[in-house]
Amino acid sequence: MKTQRIDPQTADLIVRDALGELHIPARRAFLRGAVTLGGLSMLTGCSISDEPSIESMLMKVSRFNDKVQAWMFDPKRLAPTYSASMITRPFPFNAFYGENKAPRVDAESFRLDVSGKVADKHAWSLAELQALPQTEQITRHICIEGWSAIGRWGGVPFADFLRLVGADLSAKYVGFKCADDYYTSIDMPTALHPQTLMALSFDGKTLPVRHGFPLKLRMPTKLAYKNPKHVQAIFVTNSYPGGYWEDQGYNWFGGS
Amino acid sequence: MEQLISSGQEAKHGGVIHPAWLRIMHWVNALAVLILVGSGWTIYNASPLFGFEFPREITLGGWLAGGIQWHFAAMWLLGINGVLYLLINVFSGRLARRFFPLSAGALFADIGSALRGHLSHADLRRYNMVQKASYLFVMLVSVLLVLSGLVLMQSVQFPLLREFLGGYETARYIHFFAMAALVGFVIVHVAMALLVPRSLLAMVRGR
Repeated sequence: MKTQRIDPQTADLIVRDALGELHIPARRAFLRGAVTLGGLSMLTGCSISDEPSIESMLMKVSRFNDKVQAWMFDPKRLAPTYSASMITRPFPFNAFYGENKAPRVDAESFRLDVSGKVADKHAWSLAELQALPQTEQITRHICIEGWSAIGRWGGVPFADFLRLVGADLSAKYVGFKCADDYYTSIDMPTALHPQTLMALSFDGKTLPVRHGFPLKLRMPTKLAYKNPKHVQAIFVTNSYPGGYWEDQGYNWFGGS
Repeated sequence: MEQLISSGQEAKHGGVIHPAWLRIMHWVNALAVLILVGSGWTIYNASPLFGFEFPREITLGGWLAGGIQWHFAAMWLLGINGVLYLLINVFSGRLARRFFPLSAGALFADIGSALRGHLSHADLRRYNMVQKASYLFVMLVSVLLVLSGLVLMQSVQFPLLREFLGGYETARYIHFFAMAALVGFVIVHVAMALLVPRSLLAMVRGR
């Protein structure tokens, strides 16, 4: 065993690793470097896993894949919609915490904070959001884990909202901060996609706590981790905001 | 490049069985498959389709994000290498020459002799019918893996392909069973190569 020198980057990874373990123990192995390439590491007598260069190479490919997905993304192409009889019941709960830990946001005092490159920065009450024209869709929700479920979401088309608040539509990103400390961000073309909704309802009823009360951003063109629940703040920006899972290695664009 | 690709002349080039481009592509593909299968098993384990998981020791990536990063990096390797392989094979005439015509009778006869341990590999320049059929099979399986993979990765952006493969959920099963077929091929292929070490040597040094 050779002694390991710890550079700041590694130290940062270790700290993030320790924090992340609270959520998902298996990820420890990734950073510890338990990437055993089947028998290959045995054959070559070295572990490819301890190579920070490999991790950074993979991250670069992931960034390249972001660009490819942005290039492939057709702002007019719609995700398939389904009939009400195809809705998945019960619709699964999924988060980085258990269902009983889902945050309880008070409907009365809730204010949606809107900031960054927007003209109108006033904070929105739930009643104000509910008063905006609404639409509904039944679409497939695809998790990065592979499973999918069909659900019915209703709410305000996000493009309408962004135009209403005078957002700079040429900005690169829209970021989200949530009541459960989750955060993520999306590209502007997806934000303006006709099926991207500020969902206030689920299956015809007020959005339940388990599915993100009071507000979830719903995009059938992106994987589920890109669809934040319990959204409290929306900001328009040109500086890359990252995301909870994205910062740990999930692909940022996350198209589905 | 002309010389590299003119595999039709391989017998005249001092007994070269596999031209250099083919050997390089073979091993690039082998590496890509190893990475894709190992990381694919990590992704499978995140939400198993069936009542089992792959043992962690034989998976790649450590956890879901790692598995996906490996998978979506090696897919380029497999995809670009595979497309080039098919293009060179089709346009050089190698595909027609080495893999066709197929004959069901000859296939069963060769399977019979293979099971009795009498299958001839006397001339490694000529594929026997079992080889022809199984190499064509694995090409088709790989194409299916790539197509179903595209649906899993970007189902909204490939509407025709998605519907052709029966939708997102069906594509998951297709991707899984195509993987199983590919792994089955690799096991038999490696076993055969070890039984006839000359064939392994030929894929390394060309003769």
